[in-house]
Amino acid sequence: MSGIGSALLNSLDIGLLLFIIAVGLNIVFGVLNIINFAHGALYMLGAYLAFTLINIVGMPFWAALLLAPLGVAILAVLIDRFLLRYIYSRDVADSLLLTFALLLIINESVRMIWGSGIQVVQPPPLLAGSMSIFGSFVPTYSLFVIAMGLLLLAGLWYLFNRTRIGRIMRAAALDRDMAEALCINTRLVVTGVFAFGAWLAAVGGVVAAPMRALDPGMGDKIIIESFIVVVIGGLGSFPGALLGALILGLIHALVAVISLR
Amino acid sequence: MKTRILLAILAVVIAGLIAVPWVASYFYIFIFTEILILGLFAASFNLVFGYTGMLSFGHAAFFGVGSYAMALVLIHLEWPFLVSLLVSMGAAALLALIIGFFCVRLNEVYFAMLTLAFGMMVFAIAYQWRSVTNGSDGLAGFSLGSLGLGLDLTLANPAVYYHVVLAIVGVASVILYVICRSSFGMILRAIRQNPERVSFAGLNVRAYRLVAFVIAGAFAGLAGGLIAPFLRVASPELLHWSMSAEPILMAILGGTGYFLGPFIGAAVFVLLETWITSFTESWMLVLGVILALMVIFFRKGLLGTVLDWWMEVRK
Repeated sequence: MSGIGSALLNSLDIGLLLFIIAVGLNIVFGVLNIINFAHGALYMLGAYLAFTLINIVGMPFWAALLLAPLGVAILAVLIDRFLLRYIYSRDVADSLLLTFALLLIINESVRMIWGSGIQVVQPPPLLAGSMSIFGSFVPTYSLFVIAMGLLLLAGLWYLFNRTRIGRIMRAAALDRDMAEALCINTRLVVTGVFAFGAWLAAVGGVVAAPMRALDPGMGDKIIIESFIVVVIGGLGSFPGALLGALILGLIHALVAVISLR
Repeated sequence: MKTRILLAILAVVIAGLIAVPWVASYFYIFIFTEILILGLFAASFNLVFGYTGMLSFGHAAFFGVGSYAMALVLIHLEWPFLVSLLVSMGAAALLALIIGFFCVRLNEVYFAMLTLAFGMMVFAIAYQWRSVTNGSDGLAGFSLGSLGLGLDLTLANPAVYYHVVLAIVGVASVILYVICRSSFGMILRAIRQNPERVSFAGLNVRAYRLVAFVIAGAFAGLAGGLIAPFLRVASPELLHWSMSAEPILMAILGGTGYFLGPFIGAAVFVLLETWITSFTESWMLVLGVILALMVIFFRKGLLGTVLDWWMEVRK
């Protein structure tokens, strides 16, 4: 019984982590109509920036959780302003090609800067160790990941349904010309949404860093899983991303349980 | 007049290609062999992308499966080379039929995501199925037997192998060109421009897309079958998504709107790679930058840009 309990909990932390990443992919697609192939690379960049801030600069984990995604979001603004703006009005294929080029550039840059070896980030002291829940021990960090996922889920729901900014984003997703006619600066919305998606990817990366070892292939793994999540849940759908992520998390945990036996 | 000049250029290029082993060192024979094989790979990709308008991010799956089929046949069955090539084509075509069945029904975005996912899946299988594929080491240690057709050639000689590759790539390119020029090819181009309209005309768009996908897969498999004896190994890297990036880049580099574009792209690509990897290891970084610049500023590729410029000059 306890084995199943911890497996379910484990599936929940993988699922919610995937949700954080896939929902960013989904939001960008919804508003910009672009599938960002470099989304996984931005996730990886978040994790590696956190590694540098924690292990080399010596910052606490919490500062890295704040700063690393901010850095990635700033990079995303630059990407949008200097590269993506050329192809917004073109065929979908061009945006796929350009974000694919970004994926190659970021992947190779990470390899150049941090090397191809495996790097490890320790969880903060507060979240190290494990806790006893329903008679089974679970790592405290898993609970943090779950809390973080739920917090972002609630935050995103509130943002999209209860705030003016959320309504503007939804309007821009629904009909960009109409939104423009209503005096919404859609250029700004597009940049903001792209940066926000990158921010979410990087938050996922920082949160994932103490769970998984860092290597330059981590972005590729996560982008495929995020694609599966958004294909299961439906592109651009917010609840779909949650459902898809939880299903994939469950599959992960089941496979782990079966292969252990 | 214009066609005559182009034909003359083409004839000179072909004569030059035939003469390579007699005038160039082994180093350049290897480079030209690679250009020809990758050119065929890129041309097969362009049938799907440039002609039919489907951007596949998993084309290396067919290339890699073709090379694995070649290696397996040479190791276990020791069939003649040309027969093994047909097995490579068949294996890749079968895989393309399976992947294409699921992918061609989807719109552009889903198609791109799903082909990438399938490509990674094939890579994972080759990586983990150690008993058949020998895992990350790949299959090596196979020896080339006879060519087939009763011809007695030492394929292990790079100069001989270059001529065999040239002949096979030449025949395959003519077949691909005929396919592109046929009414079937015209329908593919119509599908790229407006699938709804083709469908209203009473044609089964999905079936045409699938057939194009399978043909492209078969020719990618042929290219893969040619690369395995050239590299003397069939390794999982040939299936990796970064290998799928190569035909994309070659097609974009040369020009997706022209049949010869991918070949020119392959030539520029291989020469650039050889040059750049001689002083830095970050070839992929350069690749990404070139792809980004080509997409943003020279979407018609080198061939398209040059032809446009030539038209402008002649006016």
